[in-house]
Amino acid sequence: MNGVHDMGGMDGFGKVEPEPNEPMFHADWEARVLAMVRAMGAAGAYNIDTSRFYRETLPPHVYLSSSYYKKWFLGLEEMLIEKGYLTREEVAAGHAMQPAKALKHGKFDLANVERVMVRGKFARPAPAPAKFKIGDRVRAKNIHPATHTRLPRYVRGHVGIVELNHGCHVFPDSAAMELGENPQWLYTVVFEGSDLWGADGDPTSKVSIDAFEPYLDPA
Amino acid sequence: MSHDHDHHHHHDHDHSELSETELRVRALETILTEKGYVEPAALDAIIQVYETKIGPHNGARVVAKAWTDPTFRKALLEDGSKAIGTLGHVSRVGDHLVVVENTPQRHNMVVCTLCSCYPWEMLGLPPVWYKASPYRSRAVKDPRGVLADFDVTLPKDMEIRVWDSTAETRFLVLPMRPEGTEGWSEEQLAELVTRDSMIGTGFPRKPGAPS
Repeated sequence: MNGVHDMGGMDGFGKVEPEPNEPMFHADWEARVLAMVRAMGAAGAYNIDTSRFYRETLPPHVYLSSSYYKKWFLGLEEMLIEKGYLTREEVAAGHAMQPAKALKHGKFDLANVERVMVRGKFARPAPAPAKFKIGDRVRAKNIHPATHTRLPRYVRGHVGIVELNHGCHVFPDSAAMELGENPQWLYTVVFEGSDLWGADGDPTSKVSIDAFEPYLDPA
Repeated sequence: MSHDHDHHHHHDHDHSELSETELRVRALETILTEKGYVEPAALDAIIQVYETKIGPHNGARVVAKAWTDPTFRKALLEDGSKAIGTLGHVSRVGDHLVVVENTPQRHNMVVCTLCSCYPWEMLGLPPVWYKASPYRSRAVKDPRGVLADFDVTLPKDMEIRVWDSTAETRFLVLPMRPEGTEGWSEEQLAELVTRDSMIGTGFPRKPGAPS
């Protein structure tokens, strides 16, 4: 979706402000939110792409004015309500009032902690041969799906070079909408800064994205 | 209404907004616990692992090893996950970690314009600036301007390569080894490797510089 989360190339957000000796969390609730998001995902309430999509669909003014973990919290709460794991009445009351909905992988308990502390595996067997090889010229498609996509706006329509082939991966555009894994070839595609930004770009810069095969046409 | 009163009122307002989030987060955890979805002790355990086991020290040891062991360096650049997996002493690494090497001709910098993808098993949880709008918006259009915010200046003709982490691949920058460190041990070298040098928004410390 063409949301405010797709920020690459936007102006006006100001300077980057690193915080000296930044703590891992700025409040205890941030840590609880992180842990709940990991736990409920591991229990099977949603996949990681669906959880990303819920954050992206927060209203733009909420997205831009909420801290990182506040966005995580708002996305989590809405997603759990919409998927039937809790109700708005329960959220308002602050207590369970309805029977639980069964979780695909069961209750998240101590025995499950270790498996969430490594990133998930997203590589899948290839359903078809790769269309592109390293060195090929490709054009990022001019597509504007209203749903989750990993093709940022700033590369759409531009020509780049295939630099790496990462094999076949779960396709987030499908997984986020719970339409299955639909594995696709994944490539690093590199663009010249001056192609992306014209004379306003840095001629010494190159920018790459990781692009799924359905995003690309031969050029 | 006095100025003091205004100020006080404003302060209370901020405070109650913070508390509201805290209350909502607590309420959600209570509901998830009462419904039998999560065990609070398991949430504690997740947080404890983040707080004690992961962090940039993991990435620093990988970089220091690459600086001292050419065979490892070659393997690391070919397949980061596989090479790091052979080291027993770092945290478990996920798949598709790509290590990109800085050279006198090219500087690498990593961003996630869409959200916050980050090699956390090597670097710990990302800092706020990495996840915030200024960095995500500008890194791909004006990378040198972003580096200036970190007081980093590159030679004018050096290529700058920005890696936008848009999939389940993760990128770690292998910075150049500082001069004046000939004969140093891996442990000594690891002390020079900063988190930002592995994101590409900084350089390793120079020998003798305060840590």
